[in-house]
Amino acid sequence: MPTPTSQSSESDLYTPLTGAPLTAGQLPRGAAPLTLAIVALAALGLWQFADWSPAGAAVVGALVYTAVIYLWSRVVEGPRKATDRLVTAVVTCAFLLALLPLISVVVTVLSNGLARFDTEFFSYSMRGIVGEGGGAYHAIMGTLIITALAALISVPVGLLTAVYLVEYGRGKLAKAITFFVDVMTGIPSIVAGLFAYALFALIFGPGVRMGIMGAIALSVLMIPVVVRSTEEMLKLVPNELREASYALAVPKWRTIVKVVLPTALAGIATGVTLAIARVIGETAPLLITVGITSSDNFNPFDGRMATLSVFSYYEYVNPGVPPQFSLDRAWAAALTLIIIVMVLNLVARLISRLFAPKTRA
Amino acid sequence: MPPSTTRPKAPKVPQRPGDRIFAGASTGAGVLILVVLAGVAAFLLVEAWPSLTAPAEDIPGGEGVAVYVWPLLFGTLISAVFALLIASPLAVAIALFITYYAPRRIAAGLGYLIDLLAAVPSIIYGLWGFTVLAPLTVEPANWLAENLGFIPLFAGPPSATGRTMLVAVIVLAVMILPIITAVVREAFRQTPRLHEEASLALGATRWEMIRMAALPFGRSSIIGASMLGLGRALGETMAVAIVLSVSGGVTFNLISSANPSTIAANIALQFPESSGIAVNTLIASGLVLFAITLAVNMVARAVINRRKEFSGAN
Repeated sequence: MPTPTSQSSESDLYTPLTGAPLTAGQLPRGAAPLTLAIVALAALGLWQFADWSPAGAAVVGALVYTAVIYLWSRVVEGPRKATDRLVTAVVTCAFLLALLPLISVVVTVLSNGLARFDTEFFSYSMRGIVGEGGGAYHAIMGTLIITALAALISVPVGLLTAVYLVEYGRGKLAKAITFFVDVMTGIPSIVAGLFAYALFALIFGPGVRMGIMGAIALSVLMIPVVVRSTEEMLKLVPNELREASYALAVPKWRTIVKVVLPTALAGIATGVTLAIARVIGETAPLLITVGITSSDNFNPFDGRMATLSVFSYYEYVNPGVPPQFSLDRAWAAALTLIIIVMVLNLVARLISRLFAPKTRA
Repeated sequence: MPPSTTRPKAPKVPQRPGDRIFAGASTGAGVLILVVLAGVAAFLLVEAWPSLTAPAEDIPGGEGVAVYVWPLLFGTLISAVFALLIASPLAVAIALFITYYAPRRIAAGLGYLIDLLAAVPSIIYGLWGFTVLAPLTVEPANWLAENLGFIPLFAGPPSATGRTMLVAVIVLAVMILPIITAVVREAFRQTPRLHEEASLALGATRWEMIRMAALPFGRSSIIGASMLGLGRALGETMAVAIVLSVSGGVTFNLISSANPSTIAANIALQFPESSGIAVNTLIASGLVLFAITLAVNMVARAVINRRKEFSGAN
């Protein structure tokens, strides 16, 4: 026989204290994507049929969507969830906004650079060229030589420093080096160029320009990047490997050379590739240390050399008459540069994916 | 006779020559980095010295180094600070999106896309800013000058080419965005998972979880990352050199065609055609830039490292 108390408690289960149904405080499922789709269609319509600019339509669309979803959610779900939805919309918009310049840069460089992206561009220098024709063969070779020299300087120094920090470094010196390597990543590239210039001006007198100066300036920028990435990779090498090697009476330096470095090799190669990608597009330090020339000079110890980035800069700021030929060359050089950088980035990812040591079977 | 209590001496580990050479070489490489950093300061000082001691009339502009550097310093600071004001909130939002909002499966790819922004060489940003961005800002700048002209930043008259401080600021913001995003993302990734789940379990919405668990945890990283971005913006050269139309002077006006140059851009523009004392003056301005970026970077790294030591994550 049911007692009155149990009856009342049973009915309480189905009527929440506020008297509102439990499912009331939510937007219907799929409300947000649907609103977004409708607003996007409306924005598309504004762009196509009302002659709005695509950017304007997109901005208005984003604002309208954010306002609609916020107000709707605030009425139905209350202020806390409404704020949550507002933040979601804002954060997503921020991400999309950041992609715009990337897309715009790639499209601009492609559309302007393809005009002169031909065999002549890659096989001719600028010697004796006024107006049409000519190419960046000398600049491409110069970039490759100077970057290779920079890598030749920075990779051993960077590797050894990372080995010191991980394997040997204790105490104040190691702490100071770690800190100043971090600080060094923030040195402006132009200051690195000035440093190389000041160094060589003291030896060879003012006004000196040489390829090797550029390589030294670039390695000031490159060394910290190599150190940081190599250090991270060496830290990942399991200690058991080192201990196993010591237990077999292998000296420490052979352990490092034969066990630690090979284990971390893929990561180190990735780091070095990314470091090269970072410095190969540098303009400012090369502008003040290497200068520009219009003919082939592949000797980094003798006078001015051409480099791709500086070539692009001068073709752009000092165009001849008519300017179009020069501008086309500048954009073609920019396109070549961006392709090199992107390929290097891709290669780095591939190395780290293909040759990564298999930590777990 | 009691047995001798002295333990047999541990056999002395033979110091192999290979060990000594390798340890010496790697320590030497580490010390070399410190030497290089000190060398940058020393050589810049040596080469800048003639301009510091020269009579004021000999310095370009004719009024001494301080008067020469001050407008450049002002331009450097104003462009970097405004770039930071645009980039840092955006970077935090992007880091939040990648860490908490994007679908897990594509989040890493989206992060890579943002990293690609950092890979684009600065000269290309300069060309892009000059040809694409500058013309785009002409009309908005006109509108700003007409409707918000009472604010000193938008006093006008607006530039007809768009090669204004505003464009330089936007380009700089784009360039420092990926650096700030990367550091902030790293911080958010280390937010203790238990804190996040605890706040969600207590009924927090996603935003409340971020506000109460992730943001307090990442605060010092956000500050440090912003300062790193500031350091990068202060030293950025080619993009500013190409984009900005320079006339000297000190002004807060962002949209006119008369802008102060920045130290780095000025060096890049003047250095190839300079000789004698002018070169020394440019190097003196470079020394100022070096000192500022060094200070900013050291503070930034100290802030970031402090968080590492005191965070609950490790």
